[in-house]
Amino acid sequence: MIRIDSVTKRYPDGTVAVDRLSLEIPDRSITVLVGPSGCGKTTTLRMINRMVEPSEGTILLDGVDIQQQPVNTLRRSMGYVIQNAGLFQHRTILDNIATVPRMLGWGKEKSRARARELMERVGLDGALAKRYPYQLSGGQQQRVGVARALAADPPVLLMDEPFSAVDPVVRKGLQDELLRIQEELGKTIVFVTHDIDEAVKLGTMVAVMRTGGHLAQFAPPAELLSHPADAFVEDFLGADRGIRRLSFFPAAGLELLTAPVVPIDATAEQIAAHDTTDAPYLLVTDPDGKPLGWSEPQDLTAGDIKAEELLPCGRPFVPGTDSLRAALDCAVLSPTGWAVAVDADGGRVTGVVSQQTIAEAIRGAHAEGREDDGRPEGPADMKVAG
Amino acid sequence: MNLFHFISDFFSNGAHWQGYDGIPTRVGEHIQYTVQALGIAALIALPVGLVTGHYGRGGNALAFIAVAGRALPTFGLLVLMTLLVGFGMVNVMTPLVILAVPPILVTTYEAMQSVDPSPVDAARGMGMGEFGVLFQVEVPAALPLILSGLRSAAIQIVSTATIAAYVALGGLGRYIVDGLYQRNYEKVVGGATLVAGLALVTLAIFWAAGRFAVSPGVRRRA
Repeated sequence: MIRIDSVTKRYPDGTVAVDRLSLEIPDRSITVLVGPSGCGKTTTLRMINRMVEPSEGTILLDGVDIQQQPVNTLRRSMGYVIQNAGLFQHRTILDNIATVPRMLGWGKEKSRARARELMERVGLDGALAKRYPYQLSGGQQQRVGVARALAADPPVLLMDEPFSAVDPVVRKGLQDELLRIQEELGKTIVFVTHDIDEAVKLGTMVAVMRTGGHLAQFAPPAELLSHPADAFVEDFLGADRGIRRLSFFPAAGLELLTAPVVPIDATAEQIAAHDTTDAPYLLVTDPDGKPLGWSEPQDLTAGDIKAEELLPCGRPFVPGTDSLRAALDCAVLSPTGWAVAVDADGGRVTGVVSQQTIAEAIRGAHAEGREDDGRPEGPADMKVAG
Repeated sequence: MNLFHFISDFFSNGAHWQGYDGIPTRVGEHIQYTVQALGIAALIALPVGLVTGHYGRGGNALAFIAVAGRALPTFGLLVLMTLLVGFGMVNVMTPLVILAVPPILVTTYEAMQSVDPSPVDAARGMGMGEFGVLFQVEVPAALPLILSGLRSAAIQIVSTATIAAYVALGGLGRYIVDGLYQRNYEKVVGGATLVAGLALVTLAIFWAAGRFAVSPGVRRRA
């Protein structure tokens, strides 16, 4: 465990970057430091590997003051990932990743073998091994940065806005990849970002910092969204925190209707059997059970259903892995107001659900949250794709 | 008689290819002066440039030294040195080294300053020592510029080493100085051609050194 104990960083010109900050960073989880620029989040991170020395206070790593060991020994035991990856332009991808093992005195072959293993782990094509950094895209370079930080298998990983410089699509890919890697490796990760969405998505614990180096709140993301400590945190979370909080409630409990689902080759009886009081629309699927689109029952002629004349059904959600937020999003985007649920592997329809049903589920989830004083243990620990 | 006649006559004359005043001897002397002066200049300027560039301090002092060094008239210095210490290698080497130090010093400093700070930060954060940061991260990235400083210094020395002949030493300047004195323009032109040729060879050597020493990952940006 990393324990930051009333640490202050004051620069010679009198600016205080971090002000008596205390924080306990739990092992084998992602702790995100988030806040506006100038809040001292990067300074805090850089004090953990002594790139910045604190003016006051101590930082303990597993109970031992980090000042106790030589600075470079400390740093080699912590992976370090920075914003623009900071790759060595003159070295190949493989040799970039092998840097720390080489510094630790591993042989050349052993280091390179390890580097190859890491390339695979972070999702890099082995064919890139002999390339130079300038030949890679920003997202690939950042993967190399992560691989390089993991090369010597350090227990701690420090990440300073690692995904800020890449476009949103690539960023999402990198975030998902980090969560997957973390699931496999279970590192103690300290992650700095200015992006609250990234913080909520990645963090097991989130420390919101405010200008002047003060800690505003330290809590799991679900609690942060449901119970912001003060107006600053609330403001920083943004206007749609209610919607975002839904990311922490699984869609698995939604009651799905299967009656309003018919295959494209449905008979007249199947169509006629549909009870419009349940749902005014029918969802038509292809013979494999994949969703094609919505239609009103009277517009369907058995044996002559044309897929191109159906109303679009939008993006479906997967009840097992998606959250209420994703389900609600599907329902809102659908022209009929109904969301389509599919299974994870085949994309086959498992049922449909209306906005009303989702709204009831949301009310239910909130009520549950209130009963135990807004500290929903389940949702806080659980992380579902939002 | 035009220029090309002078050149072909000079080089086709068998007598010019042998003896203590033959082309091989004079070229050898010229190369020797150049290598010596460049070596001494690099020995002074490279470490100073690398260290000041690495720590990012002393840029103003370097600029002052560079301006002062460039302001010193090479030929005047040669004459002054000869008056002070008499004839010999020292009074030739001194102006040549003073000529070569500023380009090496300033480009090395600039090269180190222009190194992208993020790999340097990453290297320190990974626990690389200062020595490693300097030689494994900064120098490889700065190498194309450092070599270009050495190259311009080398070419300046090649062209200027002709002055050695004024103080009774050898080198290709011998042909020019003696040719002018003897009104033997064939010799003057031949000597000048050799100096120009040697400058081109120097360029080629530095080009080859760049191909050999600079990583392909860095080279495309040079």
